[in-house]
Amino acid sequence: MGIILSTRNVTKRFGGLIAVNSFEIDVKENSISSVIGPNGAGKTTFFNCITGFYEPTEGEIIFDGDKHVEGLRPDQVTLKGISRTYQNIRLFSSMTAIENILVGQHRHLKTHWVEAIYKSKRFVKEEEDALQEAIRLLNFVGLKGLGDQLARNLPYGAQRRLEIARALASKPKLLLLDEPTAGMNPNESLELMHFIRKLRDEVGITILLIEHDMKVVMGISEEIWVMDFGQKIAEGTPLEIQRNPRVIEAYLGSGAASGLNLEQGE
Amino acid sequence: MKKSITTKEIIQKALVAGVIALSMSIIGFIALLGERELVKGWFSLGHVFLIAAPLAIAYVTVENMTHENNAKTLGVGFAIGAIASVPLILLAYIAVAVDIRQFLSNVSPALIELLTFGKDATTGSIYLLLLFGATGVFAALLNILPARVRHPLVIALAWMIGVATFSEILLGRLRSLLSRDLIKTIFAGKTLNPAFAVGVFLVALLITILWDAIGGSVKEKVAAFNPVQKKTMSAGKSLVVMVVILFLPLILGSYLSEVANNVGLYILMGLGLNIVVGFAGLLDLGYVAFFAIGAYVMGVLTSQGALGLDAGFNFWTALPISVIVATLFGIILGIPVLGMRGDYLAIVTLGFGEIIRVIAVSDLFKEIFGGAQGILQIPKPNFFGTELVQPGQLYYVILGGVLLALFIATRLRDSRLGRQWMALREDEDVAEAMGMNLVNTKLMAFATGAAFSGLSGAIFASKLTSIFPHSFNLIISINVLALIIVGGVGSIPGVFIGSLILVGLPELLREFAEYRMLIYGTLLIAMMLFKPEGFLPDQRRKRELKAEAELDGVEG
Repeated sequence: MGIILSTRNVTKRFGGLIAVNSFEIDVKENSISSVIGPNGAGKTTFFNCITGFYEPTEGEIIFDGDKHVEGLRPDQVTLKGISRTYQNIRLFSSMTAIENILVGQHRHLKTHWVEAIYKSKRFVKEEEDALQEAIRLLNFVGLKGLGDQLARNLPYGAQRRLEIARALASKPKLLLLDEPTAGMNPNESLELMHFIRKLRDEVGITILLIEHDMKVVMGISEEIWVMDFGQKIAEGTPLEIQRNPRVIEAYLGSGAASGLNLEQGE
Repeated sequence: MKKSITTKEIIQKALVAGVIALSMSIIGFIALLGERELVKGWFSLGHVFLIAAPLAIAYVTVENMTHENNAKTLGVGFAIGAIASVPLILLAYIAVAVDIRQFLSNVSPALIELLTFGKDATTGSIYLLLLFGATGVFAALLNILPARVRHPLVIALAWMIGVATFSEILLGRLRSLLSRDLIKTIFAGKTLNPAFAVGVFLVALLITILWDAIGGSVKEKVAAFNPVQKKTMSAGKSLVVMVVILFLPLILGSYLSEVANNVGLYILMGLGLNIVVGFAGLLDLGYVAFFAIGAYVMGVLTSQGALGLDAGFNFWTALPISVIVATLFGIILGIPVLGMRGDYLAIVTLGFGEIIRVIAVSDLFKEIFGGAQGILQIPKPNFFGTELVQPGQLYYVILGGVLLALFIATRLRDSRLGRQWMALREDEDVAEAMGMNLVNTKLMAFATGAAFSGLSGAIFASKLTSIFPHSFNLIISINVLALIIVGGVGSIPGVFIGSLILVGLPELLREFAEYRMLIYGTLLIAMMLFKPEGFLPDQRRKRELKAEAELDGVEG
């Protein structure tokens, strides 16, 4: 299996604060892997560096073999094939679910706006295909029949799924999920976990998660990187991470390592 | 939650109503409206607005209280009305006793006469108290009455007041069509005859009762039509609408066509600003700039006065150039504000609007734009040798512009670009992360908006034949923004309704024009409180449902 994303020495400073400190990961193609760490460890900042929301102060981010994505604008990163969801759901709330997915397909729609005015055959065909694709994605994430609802009127779990559908609409090679189970009850989390696995198996994309729910992380990740104060403090399989004293310390404070472990996985 | 009402609450609500009526009186609004008599010898528009506050407040109060028995409910209505008259009665007494015009210059004899019905203070006060009390009882009655009685009653009253309000315009249109005797039975001077007013009331009442009785079954029948019948029906509807729009100037006559033209120019601007503010969410307060640019380009190119270029341009050849120049300026002024959002964008665009006006008025460009004297002798549009002088002729030029803008705005809204704009409005960062180029998306919005506004301005210049810098002030930007908010932000039909309400009505009611800003303010506050989504909010398309239905159709 090849490496789809590797970060080299990625560092992000905000004035004197080092949010991400030469963080290095290698994400295997077609894998599910996670970045975990306590609140404020710098996980989302790291995601923002990958997706172009921030420009890393130092370091390289190499995607899909040889493409450098550090310093690109978010739209350019998306064009390279990286898509993401957000920790606090950020849907286009006054647009319908279908329209949200259609916006996600932006990268693959080619017709010029002039063609939209005189409704060229190409435009009509493209719009029809895009609509069919959007409905397919909607059904895939289990939201059949909710397509004409405004995004803000959907239940919480459905909004999470819609955000994933919108991210999938750009047909990415790598999907970054920022705390997909935040705010969900254990049942919903479990359901989403199965869905993420189905996503990887059926769509065949690579998935990188930020996640707090240890049950989810340990249950589906093949590889885990642990971040604390912007630095990588551990990496390995779920089993290895659970037994790593530095990880336990980071989560529960010093001295906790002796008595406890994080064994909550399946 | 309904609850029983205490005496204290009654007095509070009544005094609120009273103070509203009092303030409308002392600013001179009521007296001005009092000049527009509605039904000869009965009442004027001033009376209608005088009792509006107690009517509304009594209605809402009674609606929210527990209903024990009719007598008590009607009593509460009467109490609210009667107490609401107290501030006005005090005003009448004070005005009779001392000369308060020194510090309340609008408390005119006309106002006092209206408040006291031309009687002395005591008799007049009793009349006023009874009128307000009756208003309160009427409001309570509306609550008690079953819907089948209330609905026709309200509709019929609205028709009577509506017809009476516009009786002068009606008279102008009917004078040439009807015989002198018929005119005399309908109108008394410029106002309605009481008998005719009652007639309007009764006819509207009867029709509404009939429609309430059979309307439901008619609608059911229409709903049960097969697809072919439905198609014929909708085609028939559009045909009627088209014919009405096409022959509107003939129906309206010269004065109303002029009003329609002004409404049309605002619709054009509204459609443009609706793209910038409504679709893309970019709050632009300097929108008048592009209107001015369109007008000045038209002026400079076609004027036959001293300032004209005299390069052989006529209206039709100058029109596209005006639009293109306005569009270019839309892009040029868009570039510096690309990185700005919200309040900052609003302030900077506000500045741009002023800069354009200041340039037009400045001495520096006096040779080109004429400074404060403006540009004169701009020819009217010429259509195959006919100069379009009449408002009824210019109507078609504006109609053409509106239809073109409507077509483009609708098509763009339903395209990828439209979705880009809306995504931009909803969340700029995420929109960018979807892979769209924000610079292009924003500039396209500014450019399209500026193009519509430039078109409107070019027609405006030719219609007026002269333009002055002071015609292009901030108020126009505010008007266009207000009409979008009233109609419904992001809603294309809303632009039409908003223009009719905010531009059409004030032109039909001169009294309103004088208090235009006051009414705008009140209307906007009321809209924000009670109907923040506007009169005709944007309806998202039901695309999944439609696609599924089409699929079923193919399979079936």
